[in-house]
Amino acid sequence: MIRAHVMVSGDPLSLTRGAEAIKLALEAELAFHGLEDEVHVSYIGQTGRRDVLPFVIVYPEGTLYGPLRVEDVPFLVEEHLYKGRVAETLLAPPDVLSGVIARLPRREGILYGQQRVVLRRAGIIDPKSIEEYIAYDGYFGLAKALAELTPAQVLQTVKDSGLQGRGGAGFPTGMKWQFVANQAADTRYIVCNADESEPGTFKDRLILEGDPHAVLEGMALAGYAVGAHEGWIYIRGEYTLAKERLEHAIKQAEALGMLGDNIMESGFSFHIHIHAGAGAYVCGEETALLESLEGKRGIPRIRPPYPTVSGYHGMPTVVNNVETLANVPAIIREGVTWYRALGTEKSPGTKVYTMLGDVNITGLIEVPMGITLREVIEIYGGGMKDGKAFKCAQTGGAAGSIIAPALLDTPMDFATMQQNGAALGSGALLVCGADKCIVDLAYVLMRFFATESCGKCVPCRIGTLRMMECLERLRQGRALPGDLEDLERTAHQVIQTSFCGLGQGAPVSILTALRHFREEFEAHAAGTCSTGVCPMAGPVETVAAQHDYISFMR
Amino acid sequence: MEEHMNLLTTVLERYGADPEALVEILRDLSQETGYVSQELLVAVADRLQLPRSHVHSVASFYSMISVEPRGRHTVQMCQDAPCHVAGGREVWQALEETLGIHFGETTPDGEWTLQVTSCLGLCSVGPVITIDGEVFGNMTHAKVQELLGRYRGCCCGGSQGGAA
Repeated sequence: MIRAHVMVSGDPLSLTRGAEAIKLALEAELAFHGLEDEVHVSYIGQTGRRDVLPFVIVYPEGTLYGPLRVEDVPFLVEEHLYKGRVAETLLAPPDVLSGVIARLPRREGILYGQQRVVLRRAGIIDPKSIEEYIAYDGYFGLAKALAELTPAQVLQTVKDSGLQGRGGAGFPTGMKWQFVANQAADTRYIVCNADESEPGTFKDRLILEGDPHAVLEGMALAGYAVGAHEGWIYIRGEYTLAKERLEHAIKQAEALGMLGDNIMESGFSFHIHIHAGAGAYVCGEETALLESLEGKRGIPRIRPPYPTVSGYHGMPTVVNNVETLANVPAIIREGVTWYRALGTEKSPGTKVYTMLGDVNITGLIEVPMGITLREVIEIYGGGMKDGKAFKCAQTGGAAGSIIAPALLDTPMDFATMQQNGAALGSGALLVCGADKCIVDLAYVLMRFFATESCGKCVPCRIGTLRMMECLERLRQGRALPGDLEDLERTAHQVIQTSFCGLGQGAPVSILTALRHFREEFEAHAAGTCSTGVCPMAGPVETVAAQHDYISFMR
Repeated sequence: MEEHMNLLTTVLERYGADPEALVEILRDLSQETGYVSQELLVAVADRLQLPRSHVHSVASFYSMISVEPRGRHTVQMCQDAPCHVAGGREVWQALEETLGIHFGETTPDGEWTLQVTSCLGLCSVGPVITIDGEVFGNMTHAKVQELLGRYRGCCCGGSQGGAA
């Protein structure tokens, strides 16, 4: 009889801080007290309180202890699990949020207002246990589809749900699936894009680490809907823990007949393979990803034909983001009406954001589509750090737009953001206070693109470099006459003429920054940086040195 | 070199002699030997029956595959916007000052290589650096010196636990 569950934070950071030793010590101490059959110890993946890592949560009470050291474990076990008292001295300090929004009640340990679809199980179940996944409605959507629905019905459900791609572009998922299903072909493929390289975005990592089966189930459902029997997960080479969890999950699912041949005796077969990348931002672009999956340089292909017509091995291929696929099981299980009640009319559902920069609480949240930036910062971010004034936010990683204070109260969904000349992107929210310099930020962003450009087309390869040099001059107070105009003109040219999304996305941050903060750029051109961030007239970091740096990175 | 050829055999068993697994094969070789030497590249091409030019073009494309020798310890730092606004520039300078080399270089004694890495997805604890693959978050100028000192003072390299 299990009477308590002890969860140890098992994210990479906790592991580097000794979480494994803590788990081993817990097990040893429990055995010492003869409690090993009554108390279950496991890791949890996604962790809400990054400020107290490594931590331990004891359920059913939900008591949070942290940050813990191995030496604390004997006392914790003796007090809480043996004697049944709270080990007061080891309790985690109260959440920073409590001072700000004390009136908002917590529900099931989840912040009020967060509606969790994708992250519903993350942090609650043991990601290495398929049993726990199944206990939380896991594989129920797949079972329902295979037993009750035809592939066409599954496809129609996803179409009706209005689910949009969560990788950044927001393309309707059902429509993409329909394109693939319509192709006359013997073989079709499902590819999960887990090459999450957009700086500041780590939602997919936490979904994969915290709830890997949800992605597998979503892929199997996609396979059933479009008539594919094989799927690939292209995961970043850097995400070793997520890859391990996926490999483990695939083995478990195959052993239980949830994946592989003849799933749940339905006659439908679906196999999933993993392919880890080796570090290249451009591989997040779907055609470059397919090239890399085939063992080549990650260079984008010409489109059309789109992957839906000619993808992996020239066959019709669905390429979906991790978060998109993780939404699918819940949609099939709970139905269209339930899903469309979340979010907005044009962008139903939830969105997972990573919150970063000058806010009191950084980390991951899942909220309905259409929430405003102000709500995100004030409710989930715990307000601006050190009471700084809000200057701007950048959405969607390096390829996203700069959001000025005027857009703080604009609902964040794909359609509304686009109307306002901004993009929602992949879900990173980098919040900057008044002490940050916009030119410095723009320079860092452009340096990223100059480094990551694959070199296939001239506008992106040369254009990003020219823009970076220009920003470098502005930032050093050495602007040449006409630099600002050159920057703007080059930005437009790169957007119009680049081969793929990388180049087309690179100048977006610059152009949106110029739109909202033009006077700051002009001040730099005249030789002043009002925030004092830029090394104006500082040491000459020569353009030649930057070229060396970039050619090294290539 | 024979050691490297044995490793190649092991890695090929892992993925099969499948040209589609070329990226993964080269990445594993690079991680396990420090870098993929010219001899090893040629051997990979022969074993997978691929043109040498193709193998080299793939090896030189991906940032996790190195075709040049590296130092005994590799320090990598993320330079992207979230780490930058969290104070990345000071950490960057501290690394260059403490090791006496620029990014992309190896110390003359062959001990340290300093590299840039793309975003590691640990942005909420930026600035982030890795030493031999071990991750350290919330870095500052002072922590860099302390951390590198720890590696220098110990011949075995690795140490327990990351800096908070």
